[in-house]
Amino acid sequence: MNKSALKYGFFLGCVIPNRYPMIERSIRDVFEELNIELIDLAGASCCPAPGVFRSFHILTWLVIAARNLSLSEELKVSPVTGCNGCYGTLRDVWYDLEHDPQLKMKVNEELRKIGKSYTGKYEPKHVVQVLYQDLGLDYLKDYIKYKFSDLKVAVHYGCHIIKPSIKRPWNKEYESPTFLDELVELTGAKSIDYKDKYLCCGAGGALRSGFNEVAADFTKEKLINIRKAKADIIITCCPFCQLQFDLGQKEVSNIFRDEIKKPFTIPVIYITQLIGLSMGIDPNRLGLIKNHNIKDVSPFISLDPFLKLIKKQLI
Amino acid sequence: MNSKTEEVLRKDIRKSYNNKLIQKFINAGLEEIRACINCGTCTGSCPSGKRTALRVRSAIKKALDGDESILKDKDIWFCSTCYYCYERCPRNIPVTDMIIKLRNIAVEEGYILDNHFDLAYNVFYKTCHAISAIGENNKKWRELRESYDLPSLPPTVHSYPEAVKECQKLMREVKFKQLLDKIKKKKKKDNKNIK
Ligand code: SF4
Ligand code: SF4
Repeated sequence: MNKSALKYGFFLGCVIPNRYPMIERSIRDVFEELNIELIDLAGASCCPAPGVFRSFHILTWLVIAARNLSLSEELKVSPVTGCNGCYGTLRDVWYDLEHDPQLKMKVNEELRKIGKSYTGKYEPKHVVQVLYQDLGLDYLKDYIKYKFSDLKVAVHYGCHIIKPSIKRPWNKEYESPTFLDELVELTGAKSIDYKDKYLCCGAGGALRSGFNEVAADFTKEKLINIRKAKADIIITCCPFCQLQFDLGQKEVSNIFRDEIKKPFTIPVIYITQLIGLSMGIDPNRLGLIKNHNIKDVSPFISLDPFLKLIKKQLI
Repeated sequence: MNSKTEEVLRKDIRKSYNNKLIQKFINAGLEEIRACINCGTCTGSCPSGKRTALRVRSAIKKALDGDESILKDKDIWFCSTCYYCYERCPRNIPVTDMIIKLRNIAVEEGYILDNHFDLAYNVFYKTCHAISAIGENNKKWRELRESYDLPSLPPTVHSYPEAVKECQKLMREVKFKQLLDKIKKKKKKDNKNIK
């Protein structure tokens, strides 16, 4: 099967480029290794974030998202994003406008004022969707050079990659999908079961920016369950979940220090950082080894325990 | 439920709710809200309600009853938009979308948390990103990007000033900027806020 003709418009969003550039690096490198072309969507903005800006003004959310979608239409490719929030916005707006021609007309009226237009011809995708559906496990398998022999992974899906299920590509499965577990297990790692695995991280819906301690309370529940299941590492497919498990893990350890007894120190990485490692990409480039002296930047939770653990495994 | 019961229920429900708040939902194409049977599945599925005062069923009920106190209630801002209520509602009400709509109406009336206002006004409108990498205090993030062999600013609005102008124009055209300006004035004057 020739999949190397695949190309996409790379929609970066905000959190990936501006707080977790190692995720951007790992997506770019993994896709390059897979011979998939990523074209930057020059001048793309915030998706806009579905929790905050959609909550403030739905019409703004619609037109700014449609502008972003129009950028990939100009290049005649589907946009691909690595962020569940961006995916939620781009995909919901795409779906909603497809099902409401009048609304689509209204949005186009606005876009015309900046010389743009939107048709809806190109389906917005998630990085995980491209890996799992457009390429497929069988295809990816050939690119795996190293396998972990003993790595227990707590997979965190997040919400907007699977819900609302009617607007997502997973056959309406929202209670217990497995696509991310399957991608993780391609690397030889074991995706372990833990209580309430599909629970939200707590960051979305404007909660982190509105009431940080409530968001942290969600995260605490997840971390307690993940620690109980003895996971070595958390794998995410969303930079905002990642931020909530990374920086948020520190916040949880601080806010709830009496309740949790021991601070949490579970490393958190993004799916393409894990797969990239398995594909033989330099861990320095994947952001797994610290190669700078910049203070107070991501990752906030040290990855050293993870690196120590896999040192002997990846040969 | 057999279709006869369904029909009776629907009729009954249609008649019983008619107020300003409901009208706004209907105008926004969300008239499904009138099909709520108050079963509580949404509240029972809600991870936020487990730890906060948010009770989705009762928020929907208040909206149905036209009880506008819900607009200044901070509870509607506790929803993490996890979509469990939306998926599980037996009446197929897009519950999460209802909460988002309630929030929109609240903001329209000037009820918005200071943090959220600041994010909308000082970050989103100005940079067109929700989290930005420009300015002196974000220098470390630009350096971090460089350390991963990426340009110090991403090829987004951050690298294209004309794209910022386009987005800002759209935000003025749909009257979002004007709404924010109005709220700013209001916030200064009467300190009206969410309780
Ligand atoms: S689950 Fe649906 S029908 Fe039941 S109370 Fe909630 S909104 Fe109403
Ligand atoms: S979407 Fe919001 S209201 Fe609905 S279950 Fe999730 S947190 Fe609760």
